[in-house]
Amino acid sequence: MNLRALLLFAAMALFIAAVGWWSGAAFITFIMLNGLAYALIAIGLNIQWGYGGLFNFGIMGFIMLGGFAVTAVAYPVNGAFWESDGPAMLGKALLAFAVGAALVVGAWRLQRRLLKGPAGIALTVLAWIVAYGLYRSQIDPAASYIESEGGGGWVGGMGLHPLLGWAFGGVLAAGAAYIVGRISLGLRTDYLAIATIGISEIIRALLKNADWLTRGTLTVSPIPWPTPLPQDFQAWGVSIPVSFVYARLGLLAVVAVVLLIALVLVQRAYEGPWGRMMRAIRDNHIASASMGKDVKRRQLEIFVLGSVLIGIGGSMLTSINQIYDPGAYQPINYTFLLWVVVIVGGAGNNYGAILGALLIYVSWIVSDPLAQNLFGALSDASTRIGWGAIPEIETRSSQMRVFLLGFVIVAALRWAPQGLLPERIRRDL
Amino acid sequence: MDDFIFFINKALVSGAVLGSIYALGAIGVTLIFGILRFAHFAHGDVMTLGGFVAYGLALVAASLGISTFWPTGFIVLPLAIPITAAFALGIDRTVYQPLRARGARPVTLLIASIGVTLMIQGLIRLVAGTGVYSFFDTEPKELIRIPTEWMGGSRPINLTEPQLLMVIVTVLAVVALHFFLTGSRLGKGMRAMADNADLAQISGINTRHVIRATWVIAGGLACLAGTMLALDVSLKPDLAFNIVLPIFAAAIVGGLGHAYGAIAGGFLVGFAETLAVFNWSVVLRPFKDSIPFEVPADLYIVPTEYKLTVAFVILVIVLLARPTGIFKGAST
Repeated sequence: MNLRALLLFAAMALFIAAVGWWSGAAFITFIMLNGLAYALIAIGLNIQWGYGGLFNFGIMGFIMLGGFAVTAVAYPVNGAFWESDGPAMLGKALLAFAVGAALVVGAWRLQRRLLKGPAGIALTVLAWIVAYGLYRSQIDPAASYIESEGGGGWVGGMGLHPLLGWAFGGVLAAGAAYIVGRISLGLRTDYLAIATIGISEIIRALLKNADWLTRGTLTVSPIPWPTPLPQDFQAWGVSIPVSFVYARLGLLAVVAVVLLIALVLVQRAYEGPWGRMMRAIRDNHIASASMGKDVKRRQLEIFVLGSVLIGIGGSMLTSINQIYDPGAYQPINYTFLLWVVVIVGGAGNNYGAILGALLIYVSWIVSDPLAQNLFGALSDASTRIGWGAIPEIETRSSQMRVFLLGFVIVAALRWAPQGLLPERIRRDL
Repeated sequence: MDDFIFFINKALVSGAVLGSIYALGAIGVTLIFGILRFAHFAHGDVMTLGGFVAYGLALVAASLGISTFWPTGFIVLPLAIPITAAFALGIDRTVYQPLRARGARPVTLLIASIGVTLMIQGLIRLVAGTGVYSFFDTEPKELIRIPTEWMGGSRPINLTEPQLLMVIVTVLAVVALHFFLTGSRLGKGMRAMADNADLAQISGINTRHVIRATWVIAGGLACLAGTMLALDVSLKPDLAFNIVLPIFAAAIVGGLGHAYGAIAGGFLVGFAETLAVFNWSVVLRPFKDSIPFEVPADLYIVPTEYKLTVAFVILVIVLLARPTGIFKGAST
C-alpha cells in the first residue's frame, strides 16, 4: 500500500459514502455485501490472470457452481423426496455412472498399454458410447420421476451450515477448473479462453435444465444465512427497516473476514518464493521451464486456486441474495464485469482488484437508475421537438451500460493498460 | 423410404445450412488468427451486426416497394457486405491497430476483442431493442419441393428458398476464396504472412495492405453468415454468443490459421450438432423388427437444451487428441 493506493481507497470510500447517503443504509449495506463478494471473485481472477497470465472467460460458470453448492448444502432437507423412490433411482444412475466410468478408464488403459492403433481407439470410442448409453438409460427416468411425482419436484438440500456450502462451492469450482485446465493448459492461451467459455455455458445449460437437481427456472429460495436473518431481528423486537441493516451488517462481517483471510494468504504467497516463480512462469515460461519449473503443473495449480476463490465468491452471492435462479445468470453481469474490474483495478495487484471490484460494482448498480433518468430526459426532449418518445426505454437504457462497459475495457487497454493500481514488484528481496 | 426423406429434411438439410454458417464464420476467425495471431472473440457479434445491417437494408428496400422473386434479405447482400466489411475495418483501425502499434501482446488484443463484443452488442440493442426479428414478415418464405418418386418416396424433400440460396452462395464464396488465396498476389501475400509475418515483410509484401484485406474478407463473410442465420431462423441481438463457441470449435478442429480446415471444421460441427439433436427413433422405426430392444418414441443423442455441449465435446476431443487440428495448424 503506497500513497496512491491510500488516496484511491479514500476516494472510493467517499464515493460509496455518497451513494450510501443518497440511497439509505439498508441499500448500501446490501450493495457492499455484493461488492465484497465480487472483490473475492476479483482476487480469484487476479490470481489467474495477474499472477499466472491465464485466461478465464468462464467466471460465470464457476460462480454458478458456487451458487449451486450453497443451495445443495444449506437448503433444508426435502423429506418427501427421500421417502419416494427417487433416491434409489438416483443411486442406480450413480452406479451406472460409476460402471461407465470404469469401462472408459479400462478401455483407455488398455489402449495405452496393449492395443495401440485403430483397434484401441475403436475400443475406447465404443466404451464411451456404452457408458453414455448406460448412464442416460438410468438418469433420464430418474429425472422425469423426481420432476413429476417424486415429492417436491427436486431433491432438496442437505440442511447443513451455509459456511459448509461456501466451502463446497470452492471444491466444486476447483473440480471444474481442474478438468478444464488439464485439457487446455500447455496449449495456446487462446484455447483456455475458448474452453472456459464453453464450460461456463455448459454449466449454465446443465444447472438451468436439470430441474430435478436445481429446480431450474423455478428458482430456490430462501437460501439460509450463516448469520441471523432480518426476520430474526424483527422477532427480537427490532423495527423492520433497522432489522435489515443489522442482519446485513452481520453477514457483511462474515464476508469481510473471509475476504481478509483470502487476501492475507494470497498476498503472503505472492511475496514469497511461490509468487516469484509464478511471475517468472507468466513472463517467460520457456526460461522457467529451463530452470526446472514444471510449468504446466504450476499453471494448473494457480488456475484451480483462483477458481476456488471464484467458487466461494459465487456461493456468497447466492447466500446474500437468498435466491438461486440459474436462469438469471448472464455473462455480462459476471464474466465481463469482473474482467473490467481486474483490468481497471490493475492486473497483478490484489488491492487493485478489491478497489476495482467495489468501484466498478457500485458504479454498475448506480448507473442503472442514472441511465434510466438520462434516457427519460432524452425521451422528453425528443417528444417536445415532435419526434415522439423513445420506445422500449428500459431495455435500451440498460444496453447503453453494456456499450459503456465494453468501451471502458477498450479505453483502459489503450490508455491505461496498467490499471489504477499497477502491479508492484519488490526488487529489494 | 419416407423415414429416410424425413431424415434428409430434418437432419441433412439443416446440417448443411448450419455447417455453411459455421464454416463462413470460422474462415473469418481463422484468417484473422493466421495474420494477426489473436483469437477475435467479437467475430460472432460482427456476424450479428451483418445480419442487422441486411435487415435494415431490407426494411429500406421494402419501404421503397422493391419486391422480387428472391428474398429481400438476400437481394440487399451486395450492399450489406461492403458495409459490414467497412465496419470490421473500422474496428481494426480504432481498436486493434493502436494496440498493435504500441507493441501489445496478442493476449491484449484478445481482451480488447471482448470489449468490442460488448460495444457491438450494446449498440445493436440500443438501436434494435431486444426483440426477435424475421426477414419474412412482409413476404412468404418460398418452399422448394423436390419430388422423390424416382427413389421410391411419397413425400418430397423440402428446402426453403433461403436455405438453397445460401448453400449455393457458400460454395461460391469458398471457391472464390480458394482462387483468391492461390491465384492473386494479395492472396499469396496473405498466406505468406500467415506462415511468417517478418519474412513476408522483408520480402516486400505490404503487410498493412494484407491486414486490411483480411478484415474486409472476414467482415464480408461474417455478414454473409449472419444474414444466412437470420434468414434461416430469426434475427436476435444475442445471436452471437451462442455461435461463438461453435465457430471457434470449427476453426480449432480445422487447425487455426487454415482456411480450408475451417470449412471442413464448420461442416463437421454443423452436422454433429444437427445429428446429435435429431430424433433417431424415426430412422430406426422401419428396422424395429430386427432391433433387439424396443425403440423409444424419442431418441435424441443429446437433449436439445444441450446442443451447445456438442461443439464443446468436439473441441475437447480435438484438444486432447490432436491440438493442431485436422490440418496441422498453430498449437503453441
